[in-house]
Amino acid sequence: MSMALIETVNITQKYGKQDIIKNISLKVDQGEVLALIGPTGAGKTTLLRLLDLLETPASGRIYFDGMEVTAGKHLRLQARRRMSFVLQKPVVFNMSVSDNIACGLKWRKEKEATVSQRVNSALELVGMTGYANRNARTLSGGETQLVAIARALAIAPEVLFLDEPTANLDPVSTARIEEVLAHIIGEQKTTVVMATHDMSQGQRLAGRIGVIINGELLQTGSPNDIFSTPQNTRVAELVGIGNILGGVIASRDNELVGIDVGGSIIQAISEHGIGAEVHALIRPEDVTLALHKDASSARNTFEGSITRIFPVGALVRVELACGFPLLTVVTRRSARDLNLAVGNRVYATFKATAVHVLKRWN
Amino acid sequence: MTELWEALVTAVKLIIAFDPEVMQIAGRSLAISATSSVIAALICLPLGAVIHFNRFPGKRTLINIIQTLFSLPTVAVGLFVFVLFSSAGPLGGFGIMFSPAVMVVGQVVLITPLMLGLIISALSATDKAITDTAVSLGASGFQMSVITFREARFGVLAGLIMGFGRAISEVGLSLMVGGNIRGFTRTITTAISLETSKGDLELALALGMILIFVALVINIGLNRIQQR
Repeated sequence: MSMALIETVNITQKYGKQDIIKNISLKVDQGEVLALIGPTGAGKTTLLRLLDLLETPASGRIYFDGMEVTAGKHLRLQARRRMSFVLQKPVVFNMSVSDNIACGLKWRKEKEATVSQRVNSALELVGMTGYANRNARTLSGGETQLVAIARALAIAPEVLFLDEPTANLDPVSTARIEEVLAHIIGEQKTTVVMATHDMSQGQRLAGRIGVIINGELLQTGSPNDIFSTPQNTRVAELVGIGNILGGVIASRDNELVGIDVGGSIIQAISEHGIGAEVHALIRPEDVTLALHKDASSARNTFEGSITRIFPVGALVRVELACGFPLLTVVTRRSARDLNLAVGNRVYATFKATAVHVLKRWN
Repeated sequence: MTELWEALVTAVKLIIAFDPEVMQIAGRSLAISATSSVIAALICLPLGAVIHFNRFPGKRTLINIIQTLFSLPTVAVGLFVFVLFSSAGPLGGFGIMFSPAVMVVGQVVLITPLMLGLIISALSATDKAITDTAVSLGASGFQMSVITFREARFGVLAGLIMGFGRAISEVGLSLMVGGNIRGFTRTITTAISLETSKGDLELALALGMILIFVALVINIGLNRIQQR
């Protein structure tokens, strides 16, 4: 058994009769950055609280650096003093910014000189040197988050837990916090476990992603694995694969299969045999729209009529009926160029390699 | 009406002149109640922390009982202390009946539920995230309690002051166990009650004004704390 820094074995947590965490076994290696993604209420925060030893699991074991920390109050305090946690809605103590940052150090009985030196470098790290003597309660949301991060980093934790570090923050503060996090991940090699519902943030910062839905850890893997080859439809939905089409493999030619989706045949790459019931997953951004059928290398071209158009930020989402419902996204500019309107007929094209095929279990 | 007016004028003169009797009674009142408050605080601060920070069966009920005892009648406490400390009582051996010491004991019993209850509610009013943050930053149980008290300090202080206010203004208890002995256990409230029944309104009014002045100072203090 390789020595992971943190390991959980079948941990569960219940609040009353409600199962919040269901049998999660997870390993986090030294220096690793793991992002937990999942919808709100999936159990991400509870899992972080269990890992940070703020809560004890209803069952299962947690190991930190080889020690079982599920039992024993003293051992838990010892282990906890090697970690720190930035809550989703961080609170600051009613004292100055620098006193806030010094708290964890004073509780560890660090020398006065060490405390002031570490406080200063933590303030510098988050770019808030000028705020040292301000009362922390007077700070804005973004500033409070930065102070909370500095306070968590001042103790030089071996593991940093972050719960939605940029939720409810403006884009400028978000960018600044991600910059700080990228720095500590890159320079200080701190092990980081963060919960986020922002997929792209997970992709930017983490080396590995764990997907939690409804208290279960459904899949862990590299960001690329999670986003391109989700292992089930719930993960697929979460990572924004807009098209999840049920069908049956009808034909096979080497790796290339034809999937019968309600009468239309979608060509894809799969190892499943003829007759296998599958889901064809297609990312909306992998589908292109055209007014005329053109000869491209893409294997799948379907004619359909537009049923719905709605703008999303800089993009436009277009829903088609082409034998099956198909969701695509185009830029505002191409929507204008193609003169897209509800009822218009267009051609949708995507490559066989853009289709991710998942075996259906239910 | 003129009689009342004259009494009022004499009372003000007594205060301005620092009349020895008035000052002695006021000083004794303050000393006894301050002592009771300090002792009650020394009991309530740690006890409040123990009750607030631990989970145990019957916690809710215990807090309900404490809150019910906020309005403990002073004469009931007086009776209880009297029975305990009278010469035939189980604690009669201390021989402190009708002395300032037994008045302090009675006042501590009287104000402990109030102080304790207000301290617990001040601690409960602090954000749960404060304790989580402290624990996650490596605070031990004791360090976490200290920072929570620090965050709840205004509410806690208000509780202590309320306790003092109840101690200095009660009369039934002091009368029953103190005995209103001149120069020994006579306090502002017992003196007012006696002098009024004797018809000596000047002294009663002077002491009454001092008591109201103390109440005013306490109230101003509380207001300033709550405005922070």
